[in-house]
Amino acid sequence: MTKGAVLILGGRSDIGRAIARAFAAEGHPVWLAARNADGLEPDRADLELRYRVEAKCFEFDVLATHRLEGFADALPGLPEVVVSVVGYMGDQQVSETDPEAAARVMRSNFEGPAAALALFANRFEARGSGVIVGISSVAGERGRATNYVYGSAKAGFTAFLSGLRNRLAKKGVHVLTVLPGFVATAMTEGMDLPEKLTAQPEEVGRAVLRAVKSKRNVIYVKPVWCLVMAVIRNIPEAIFKGMKL
Amino acid sequence: MRIAGWGGTTRQDCRVSHPRSEAEVAARIAEGHAIARGAGRAYGDAAQSALNTVDMGRFDRMISFDAETGLLVAEAGVRLADVIAAFLPRGWFPAVTPGTKHVSVGGMVAADVHGKNHHRDGSFGAFVEFIDLMGPDGAVRRLTRGDNDEMFGWTLGGMGLTGVILRVGFRLRPVESGWIRQKSIVAGSLAEAMAAFEANAGATYSVAWIDCLARGVAMGRSILMLGEHASAAELPAERRAAPFGVPARRRLTVPFHAPGFALNGLTVRAFNHLYYAQGVKKAGESLVDWDSYFYPLDAIHGWNKIYGRRGFVQFQCAFPLATAEAGLAALLTEISRAGQGSFLAVLKRFGPQASRISFPMEGYTLALDFPLHARTTALLERLDRITLAEGGRFYLAKDARMTPHTLRKADKRMAEFIAMRERTGLAEAFSSTQSERLAL
Repeated sequence: MTKGAVLILGGRSDIGRAIARAFAAEGHPVWLAARNADGLEPDRADLELRYRVEAKCFEFDVLATHRLEGFADALPGLPEVVVSVVGYMGDQQVSETDPEAAARVMRSNFEGPAAALALFANRFEARGSGVIVGISSVAGERGRATNYVYGSAKAGFTAFLSGLRNRLAKKGVHVLTVLPGFVATAMTEGMDLPEKLTAQPEEVGRAVLRAVKSKRNVIYVKPVWCLVMAVIRNIPEAIFKGMKL
Repeated sequence: MRIAGWGGTTRQDCRVSHPRSEAEVAARIAEGHAIARGAGRAYGDAAQSALNTVDMGRFDRMISFDAETGLLVAEAGVRLADVIAAFLPRGWFPAVTPGTKHVSVGGMVAADVHGKNHHRDGSFGAFVEFIDLMGPDGAVRRLTRGDNDEMFGWTLGGMGLTGVILRVGFRLRPVESGWIRQKSIVAGSLAEAMAAFEANAGATYSVAWIDCLARGVAMGRSILMLGEHASAAELPAERRAAPFGVPARRRLTVPFHAPGFALNGLTVRAFNHLYYAQGVKKAGESLVDWDSYFYPLDAIHGWNKIYGRRGFVQFQCAFPLATAEAGLAALLTEISRAGQGSFLAVLKRFGPQASRISFPMEGYTLALDFPLHARTTALLERLDRITLAEGGRFYLAKDARMTPHTLRKADKRMAEFIAMRERTGLAEAFSSTQSERLAL
């Protein structure tokens, strides 16, 4: 039996690569979508060589929402699973003073990914099957001084996924929200992250695969984050506003 | 970032980068004092540099495989475990493998690792067709055996001090199954063990566990383990349908560092005694899966923690054939007198080795490990002196503590290596905590 294809939006990122490997190891064809797709050739070749599955690359820019239809139409078919790993942290201080920069962070983390998943959601709904995976962030659970521009966009994305799940629950389409916590990736390189709270991209890949199989709704990659975020969410605002986090 | 070697004794605050492109690697090299780090499985300080450790973990893609010749081209950060996972089901196995599968391909080149088949097949380098190496100027060169400046030879076993290894082309060997026919032979003394190695020179794999605490006539008593890849026809009928499938092993994890007193003369003696008794009882032939045969310790995740927080040091030397018996006897005498046995003492016959700077030489090698404390340091220094006296040399992938004086006396090739590094600008561009300690 051939397994359904997995489309990864943001296939160049460390987490995207790890998710691609996890699904390819299970025999799924994988389609990597990113900007400058030619540069993904080594990853594509690796996936085919290692896992003997079909791997393809596609040019994709999450901010080019007007080209979205064309992108989806040019795919070899409608995938079984679509994963959005797209994200862009930006620089909080720059985002505070430069509205263009802030808009770029908001569009990359919310508007772009939401538009892309909305399109696949409609097509999945029409087909009556499919899985949508959105990699959001714990930063979206509560705004903090150090990254609230990024966090607010992720909050929007998380709410979008939640609504999508609600809408499609009875239509055969499953929606999974992933809140990875700290992950050792290019985005966090150079940051001093606590080891016990930091996942490797490979852990995220395995966790997403497991969660898709077991139809989970919302997952943290490291279970300890469930506790951490419960505490952070429950600190009264009057106290929270005075804290340095 | 605090990093250490596998022995855990060389913990150091290092600046670690994780480049994702060749341009990023070149930029790191331009800053000087760079050393590539693969899986971090060298026991000492070989893969760390306080100023500029270049973690090659993101260069982890396999590039091509030729099913006619068995040539696999892979990036330096690819793990051997991934190679096995991808290619054993297709009937291919690494031609040379060290005692753990959690090493990187780049690390296997840098240490020019050896396995249980060294006496027949040589080290990993014998199966390497080419190495893509980034030099001090950021330029990438494809090194092959015939290079005029011998950079291929200097890179095999060169501990990453000739540049950053980006890609390696190496051959795998065809196998018919994932199983090994193992034969155990009990040897009551060092002389018997060596005679058994010589009598079984035709075996594909051979290695001996040696009881390093036995004294007197029993000194050097060993369990010699021979191995052959089982053909499909040699498997029991129920396994023939899936010759590469092996039962999943139960994985154990060492959850925390054992307290210092857990490993002492008494527990080590008891372990060695039991292990030998078990070996005697189980002597004979058996069928063992590849994972248990080649990588027994990989089943215990974090086994290095049984030595406690202070970690452990490895000692591995090789003697030429002519002085091997005298050298090994002198080492074993010293160890049993000190009463500081090692859990995992391993004896192995090395075959011929023609290479520029690699560790193996035709003769015998002994590998030991000791938890680190003051008495061990003194013992190791005595072992160094014995090795020097009998014309032996040391394995840099295991070393965490040698002095430059000892290394240079043991290995005349090092002077040439140092001169070559000075002459070609490698000395400024590439250095590790180990190379600084050893003045390489």
